[in-house]
Amino acid sequence: MVSLPSISLAHPGALLAAVFTPWIAAGIALLIGFFASYLTALSWADLTFVLPATALGNVIVALISRFWLHETISLERWAGIVLITLGVGFVAQGPALTERPASIDEEPQLEEPVATEAQPR
Amino acid sequence: MTIPTTPVNLTTNPWTAAAMIAAIVLTSTAGEVLTAAAMKSIGDLDLIRARSGLKGAIRAVLTCPLFFAGVFFLAVAFFALLFALNHLNLSLVAPAAASLTLVTNAVAGKIFLKENVDRRRWVSAGLVCIGVYLLAH
Repeated sequence: MVSLPSISLAHPGALLAAVFTPWIAAGIALLIGFFASYLTALSWADLTFVLPATALGNVIVALISRFWLHETISLERWAGIVLITLGVGFVAQGPALTERPASIDEEPQLEEPVATEAQPR
Repeated sequence: MTIPTTPVNLTTNPWTAAAMIAAIVLTSTAGEVLTAAAMKSIGDLDLIRARSGLKGAIRAVLTCPLFFAGVFFLAVAFFALLFALNHLNLSLVAPAAASLTLVTNAVAGKIFLKENVDRRRWVSAGLVCIGVYLLAH
């Protein structure tokens, strides 16, 4: 979007034309793919499991920015990356779905003891 | 062309800023919870797709009213974000909204979706919340 000329409300047609720019069309297609995958994950996992897990996307964006776009990442942001990675690794060790008494087709999951230290890497 | 290079209408009142961020967080939490409830009511999409194909899975989602309620709130949250960005700095709104949403969703998931938010999930929501804040700040 930054490479396009700035769009004003006086010419809404410009916004519509921007949708068909190859990069933006590709971005929209990928976003639709994200939403479909997200909905599928929500259909078999808890929201409180899926939401922290998708935060890993932030880490991937930061790493791509660092190694592909050669942006510099401050110490503060590296700390953020480490915390998100720890959090995702932590939640991923637990069960993905809350056990319901009604759902008998789910395989029974043993109640795990107090979590050990997360070691995502 | 019409976008001013320096923001002239940035709000400095912390209460107005807090209200704008709260609007984003509340609407996006409502959207997430409704969408999650819709998907839970539909059932495992992988099983539906195995039974009645991709079209059947898409139809199952698009015929669920709860799903559209969720998407509606997510859309409201998006416009609330745009509105807030018109008045506040991106470096304030983006990390605050993204990280607070994680915590409110954990609370809402426990209350409304009756999810088992155990200590593991609280800790991970907290870690990811701080991490997203640091990363987006």
